[in-house]
Amino acid sequence: MARFGIGDQVLIQDRYTPAHHRVPRYVKGQRGEIERVCAAFGQPESLAAGGDGEPFQTLYRVRLKQTDLWSDYAGNPADSLEIEVFEHWLESAD
Amino acid sequence: MSHDHPHAPPRPDDPEPRTYHELLGVALSNLLIEKGIYSAAEERQRIEALEAVTSARGARVVARAWVDPKFKARLLTNAREAVGELGIEHVDSELTAVANTPQLHNVVVCTLCSCYPRTLLGRPPAWYKSKPYRARVVREPREVLAEFGTHIAPEREIRVHDSTAELRYIVIPERPAGTADWSEDQLAAIVDRDAMVGVAEVTVPEARPET
Repeated sequence: MARFGIGDQVLIQDRYTPAHHRVPRYVKGQRGEIERVCAAFGQPESLAAGGDGEPFQTLYRVRLKQTDLWSDYAGNPADSLEIEVFEHWLESAD
Repeated sequence: MSHDHPHAPPRPDDPEPRTYHELLGVALSNLLIEKGIYSAAEERQRIEALEAVTSARGARVVARAWVDPKFKARLLTNAREAVGELGIEHVDSELTAVANTPQLHNVVVCTLCSCYPRTLLGRPPAWYKSKPYRARVVREPREVLAEFGTHIAPEREIRVHDSTAELRYIVIPERPAGTADWSEDQLAAIVDRDAMVGVAEVTVPEARPET
């Protein structure tokens, strides 16, 4: 069961793990909005080390504002970035 | 260390490895073949199949979306099923189509590696895998697109898609003006790879395709 729904405000966790984890540094600690709830997939941290990926995690597409990501962003304030983030990297920011 | 077992001879199409990582690739390939994980013929066939896919596949998808709004709606909802209607099998990951509009331009990157919709576009170009593209397009997309000759109006939103996990993306560009009476094949002929990655827009050539 997906914890978040479309439109929910979320915080991408700001933590580090040496495991393969598919969350780039530049979005850690950022707030965004759930754009889409994708399916559940195996955790990359486990799969990359030969594990079974359990427990599977729901994957979301999170929409972020460019002006939040980069303090010196010079483009249109409406410019956005969407990125896939697994549920175990997200917290509620409502 | 004993080293008296026979090694596979170098294959004729192997270029002389120039860098550490190229050498590592050749060593890995030779080991997998030696250990019987797969055969040299299977490796060759797989490479040939990968190289046989071109962005003409993606162009067929875009052209169909332009002429058939219901197909476009299905494509935006479930791209994997929709491309299946055209006989394109996409099995390795989820496929997501994002559509440009007069108010929105989409561009795709994989900042962590080089995830790319290979079943629709073939092998990624070198620039897509380069660190400058991956680092810069998320941070200054308008400048990077301008360097490709693509100038997005300041009032039009740019949306960058960072392909970080299970999804692969294809951009459905806007259908250019002046193509209302074109056939689907003629339309497919003008949709190029870079427009489906989102660093370009589709333009109308001076000569109309003959297909």
